[in-house]
Amino acid sequence: MTAARLSPVEVANRVARDIPDGSYVNLGIGLPTLVGDVVSAEKEIVFHSENGILGMGPAPAPGLEDPELINAGKQPVTLVPGGAFFHHTDSFTIMRGGHIDVTVLGAFQVSEDGDLANWATDDARMPPAVGGAMDLAVGAKRVLVLMTHTTVDGRPKILRRCTYPLTAARVVHRVYTDLAVLDVGPSGLVVRDVVAGLPRAELQRLTGAPLTFADDVATLSPAGP
Amino acid sequence: MIDKRVASTAAAVAGLADGSTVLVGGFGAAGVPVELVHAVLEQGARDLTIVTNNAGSGEGDVAALIRERRVRKIICSYPRSAGSVWFEQFWAAGEIELELVPQGTLSERMRAAGAGLGGFFTPTGADSLLAGDKEVRVIGGRRHVFEQPLPGDVALVKAFRADRWGNLVYRAAARNFGPTMATAAALTVVQVREFVELGALDPECVVTPGVFVDRVVEVGV
Repeated sequence: MTAARLSPVEVANRVARDIPDGSYVNLGIGLPTLVGDVVSAEKEIVFHSENGILGMGPAPAPGLEDPELINAGKQPVTLVPGGAFFHHTDSFTIMRGGHIDVTVLGAFQVSEDGDLANWATDDARMPPAVGGAMDLAVGAKRVLVLMTHTTVDGRPKILRRCTYPLTAARVVHRVYTDLAVLDVGPSGLVVRDVVAGLPRAELQRLTGAPLTFADDVATLSPAGP
Repeated sequence: MIDKRVASTAAAVAGLADGSTVLVGGFGAAGVPVELVHAVLEQGARDLTIVTNNAGSGEGDVAALIRERRVRKIICSYPRSAGSVWFEQFWAAGEIELELVPQGTLSERMRAAGAGLGGFFTPTGADSLLAGDKEVRVIGGRRHVFEQPLPGDVALVKAFRADRWGNLVYRAAARNFGPTMATAAALTVVQVREFVELGALDPECVVTPGVFVDRVVEVGV
């Protein structure tokens, strides 16, 4: 394969382009937090954190950390002007009740029907942990997944059926990987963008579900928003 | 005369019975009532069921109760936080029970308990293993799972300021589970950084009205 995979920041750039001005957004722990770092300053986007923050800002300067102002990943953050604090039940009313416009989540697997598996693998040595993943997946108006296209050993993460335990069924709208952007359509996966130099047959080989291609497939561009 | 202030953390947790269900506030290290947890450690109650978001996030909080074998069961959403080493060891050895609950469901189950409701149907987890053998109904074309209320015998909450009636304000994201837990327990015990005079808290900004609070102790943090 001659095509270069996009870096995580390049995929985050691509996701950020799709987030409309004025959106209320929740970013999952891990790679999705990169989207907050690259989203255009020209857009007014309100970031939500499950532990009771709207208007979450970037990490503080060293020395200005507040141990009572942290994000869902327990990292220190800031509050932007207009931000608000609220308790957990209200925070999950926001998430479960359909008040988040866009959530960007990481995933272990996504199925062609939009099933999401992002909370548990088959490793029985670790205690299970779910956090707010299921509430976000069922509640956000638009669920975007940001993940690598394949596992570290090259196996597809986009499948006909997830083999890992489901977080939620039929919730994912669009998947952004280091190789492609795919929509979950009523009759399966539709490729919107493909990374430069990657033949369609090769993308299909790296995907565990049948693909159709949009009429106007774009070259997956690493450029910022 | 109403005065819910007590003089020490020991007085705040006095009477905690073995086998109690204890709601413990906090998300990560923010909002954890560490001084009250220490008082429980000293007080000696055992065979506890602890309801909290993380199974400890350091040596000094719920992790210490686990280490000292006071905890029979944890009900939480995310036990794998950095610093929850004691939970992982006890879980791997089969010495502690875990009931894993999605975070919003955990909060809402306590809200239901505090609000006098018999439970609720939620789409969260309805298509997951966590639905188990719970009742499922299709509501508005979507699968929902029935969740039971989750009351506590005692709630341990960290707030910022309190007056002698137990009215509370919180600080930043340390608020998290506190206001909901305060409604959901038979005995709600609160630690605050400082007491203020009755009437000093702006009534427009009180988050937890004192009716939900039984004991308050000033700890300076």
